Amino acid sequence: MKALLIAESRQGKILPGSYETLAFANKIGAEAAMFLVGSEDALPKFDGRLYLADVAAAGEYNPDEHLRLLLEVVAKESPQLVVLSHSSYGWDLAPRLALALQAGQVSEVVACEGDTLVVPACNSKLQRVVRAQSGVTVVTLQSGAFSLAGEPAGTPTVEKLAAQAGAKLEFAGYEEAEKGGVDLSKAEIIVSAGRGIGKPENLVMVEALAKALGGEYGASRPVVDSGWAEHNRQVGSTGQTVAPKLYVACGISGAIQHLAGMKKSDFVIAINTDRDAPIGEVADVLVVADLKQFLPALTDRLQK
Amino acid sequence: MKILVCIKQVPDMESRFKLNAAGTWYSDQDLAWRMNEYDEFAVEQAIQLREQAGDAEVVVLSIGPDRVKEAMKKALAMGADRGVHIQDDASYGKDPYQIASAIAAYAGEQNFDVIFTGMQSQDRGSAQVGLLLAGMLGLPAVTTIVGFEYDGSQATVRRELEGGLKSVVKLSFPAVLTCQLGLNTPRYPTLPNIMKAKKKELVSLPIADLLKVEALVTTAATRFPERKGGGLILEGDVGELTEKLVAILKEKTTVLK
Ligand SMILES: Cc1cc2nc3c(=O)[nH]c(=O)nc-3n(C[C@H](O)[C@H](O)[C@H](O)COP(=O)(O)OP(=O)(O)OC[C@H]3O[C@@H](n4cnc5c(N)ncnc54)[C@H](O)[C@@H]3O)c2cc1C
Repeated sequence: MKALLIAESRQGKILPGSYETLAFANKIGAEAAMFLVGSEDALPKFDGRLYLADVAAAGEYNPDEHLRLLLEVVAKESPQLVVLSHSSYGWDLAPRLALALQAGQVSEVVACEGDTLVVPACNSKLQRVVRAQSGVTVVTLQSGAFSLAGEPAGTPTVEKLAAQAGAKLEFAGYEEAEKGGVDLSKAEIIVSAGRGIGKPENLVMVEALAKALGGEYGASRPVVDSGWAEHNRQVGSTGQTVAPKLYVACGISGAIQHLAGMKKSDFVIAINTDRDAPIGEVADVLVVADLKQFLPALTDRLQK
Repeated sequence: MKILVCIKQVPDMESRFKLNAAGTWYSDQDLAWRMNEYDEFAVEQAIQLREQAGDAEVVVLSIGPDRVKEAMKKALAMGADRGVHIQDDASYGKDPYQIASAIAAYAGEQNFDVIFTGMQSQDRGSAQVGLLLAGMLGLPAVTTIVGFEYDGSQATVRRELEGGLKSVVKLSFPAVLTCQLGLNTPRYPTLPNIMKAKKKELVSLPIADLLKVEALVTTAATRFPERKGGGLILEGDVGELTEKLVAILKEKTTVLK
């Protein structure tokens, strides 16, 4: 089995998902070559063939050109599998490639079982076991599902690709998230509000518990998107990554993108009316209760 | 300007799921259905663009059994002008390639200027249909947009990356854009608009007229994930729960001084 692994670089750095594609290839025992639109100054640590296109020429976001380069490499390598991260780069490029190759794409793979791949469904409440019906299969991997046993190591043999400028989509630069305000990554105790708080007025219950515990309050994305909390309080893949001593998730279902930001916490308590909520997977204690009753009761008890 | 917005009806994710008889997907009995969350942002953006462009029409499209017309009616009540329902009782068995093919077969002849979709569905989460559709129609596409502006000739979108970073991308129509949570604030349909929506055109086309390709990915089985976490589950009276939890905090953590 031959796999072509798509590494990712952003703003001059190799992204960790690149090594997860390698971990996946190792796990299934595939022979691996890598593809990267990046630079010689930051190469992935990998003993094998690396097809490298210069990001300065190709552009960091230029999917048409990345696809063209990738198709060149696929023609040379004839892999059975093309492996990407299920990241903003990977989920944008994978279907373009799959269509060009008339290949089946399996998104957000969490496991490989024989000739089938396992993917989550319904906010990880279910799993689908799927099989591609095409000669080549394109897969994207759920972030964190596969990891190397040790630190990445090695030096690739670089084969350069000639990138061309010009694009239908004009990449006009990056916009950073606003800095300042609370720094959740420093907090030892975080109590986070999810959509389960129901209305912005109920945020005070979460704040009050955070205060009673001597911590900060955080939030899931819908709470931030609704404007009930600042973006610097958002925990998750598109917000902050935190690892406090105690994380209390109030009315948070536990979507993978939220878990990505808090699963390294030492101790996790979840308060949820849904006994099956996927947050239960990472919670040391799941309290099945309505947060509107439970939070004030707990805060009261702690203040005694 | 002609705007298409593609939506999916999905179950409420707080549902207690059961499997269907074949064990290939969830059973569609006893579920509360709603519009896929990502698609609500797509519908809203389509309507905002129509309001800005003036002489424009928003067509909402959905594939599925008759019940998906409920989600379409919501889009019509939000302000979409008419609906195209692609009738398919077995849509749950189709892969993204087939779904995109069916939409492309319809949209190919219509010359839409912009197509909005959600970035993914809440139930399947493949995040493929928008891009496959774009590819089939030969249109440029940007995924995961959290910002959209149109100046009359060019669109500027903000594409969300990880950790709060965004890239700014400029493009011309026709194009396909897939919408991420937080792109805008989806409006609630008002009662008068719900009444008006009932009179809006909503045609149904059989899937067989549009779908000519086989699936590239098939589902062997759907199952409940093995519970690995195995944390403690506390249930019962709120007073007792707080006592139990405080005891656990004292025993297992150092946060209570
Ligand atoms: C690319 C991408 C990036 C993302 N990035 C992030 C991110 O950084 N952070 C993030 O959080 N999300 C992120 N998301 C969104 C994520 O997928 C989920 O949609 C989101 O985390 C859901 O937030 P929630 O758990 O608060 O809401 P829901 O999923 O709606 O869950 C609400 C929960 O509250 C419970 N509940 C309801 N009422 C009560 C009550 N009275 N008492 C107790 N419990 C109650 C429900 O049972 C449910 O479990 C991202 C999504 C994508 C696609």
